[in-house]
Amino acid sequence: MRKLCTLVLLSLLVFGAFAKDAPNAAADPALEARMMRIAQELRCLVCQNQTIADSHADLAVDLREEVRVMLRKGESDEQVLKYMTDRYGDFVLYRPPMKATTWLLWFGPGVLLVGGLLGLILLLRKRTRMSDDRFEPDEVDGLEGEVRS
Amino acid sequence: MNMKSLRFIIPLGVFALLVFFLWRGLRLDPHEVPSPLIGKPAPSFALTRLDDANATLRRDDMLGKVWMLNVWASWCGACREEHPLLVEFSKTKAVPIIGLNYKDQRSDGLGWLNRFGNPYDASIFDQNGRVGIDFGVYGVPETFVIDKQGIIRMKHIGPLTPDVIDKRLMPMLRKLNA
Repeated sequence: MRKLCTLVLLSLLVFGAFAKDAPNAAADPALEARMMRIAQELRCLVCQNQTIADSHADLAVDLREEVRVMLRKGESDEQVLKYMTDRYGDFVLYRPPMKATTWLLWFGPGVLLVGGLLGLILLLRKRTRMSDDRFEPDEVDGLEGEVRS
Repeated sequence: MNMKSLRFIIPLGVFALLVFFLWRGLRLDPHEVPSPLIGKPAPSFALTRLDDANATLRRDDMLGKVWMLNVWASWCGACREEHPLLVEFSKTKAVPIIGLNYKDQRSDGLGWLNRFGNPYDASIFDQNGRVGIDFGVYGVPETFVIDKQGIIRMKHIGPLTPDVIDKRLMPMLRKLNA
C-alpha cells in the first residue's frame, strides 16, 4: 500500500512538471474552458482532421494563444470565430455557415434521401398495379432441379 | 428505348458519374484551401528586417508597387526545395520579392540565405508568427502577390513550380503592371 502511495505521489509529481507548460490553464480555468470550447469548433489547417483544441501542431498552439488573448481582451465568441474565418476562410469551421455556396453541403444528403424514397415509392406503386403475368413466376422448390436438368 | 436497355444504361451512367467524381477527387488537394484574403487589403504589418534589427518595413512602404511576399523559414524543407527556382526567378527582376521569415531565428535565417542564395529584395523577421497568422499562413512556403493598392491578388500554397510561375504568376504580374 505504501509503495502504491509513493508511486501515485511520484506520478503526480511528474504531472506537476508537465503542468508548468501551461501556466495559463492554472491562471484562469474559466477562460481556458471557454478557449477550449471555441478551439473545438476550429479545424487545424496543418493536420486537417483535428481541431485546434486537439492538435499539437505549432500553428494550433499559436492559435489557441490568440484565442486566449482575444478572450482576455473581452471579445465575444463570434468575434473570435470571425477573426479565424477572415484569415483562413469558412474551411476552419467544423460547422460551416449556411449560405448559397454551402446549400448543397447542408441539404444534399436530405435531398438524396427524399429523392431515393420517392423513387422507391413510385417504383413499388407501379409494380403493385402491374398484372401478374408481367413477373417471372416464382420457382417452386423441388421442381427447380427437374426443370433445369 | 425499351425498358430492357435502360436497365443497363442507368447503372452504367451512375458508374460513369462515380468514376468522374473519384477521378476529380484525385486531383484535388485538400491542403490547398482557398484564401479569403484574395481581393482584400494585405494585413498591415511593421516588422524589422532580418538583416537589420533596427530597420523596419511596413505594409504601406510597398504601396504603389506590385510586389510578392514569400513566406519562408530555415527549418522548412519545402522552402529549400523551392529555393533554387526562386533565386532563378529573382534574377528576372520581374517583381520585388519580400521574404517573410516565419517563426525562425535571426541567425538561422541569415545563415540559410548565405548558404543557398538570397532571392529577396528584403526579408522581414516574424519571429512569433503573428504576421503569418494575419496572412492566414498555415504551410510554409506560401507566396502572395500584392498590387499597387495593397490588395492581395494571388496566393500560392506550397513550393512554387515552373508551371505556377509561367501559368499563374507571370500572367498576374503582367495584368497588374499593365
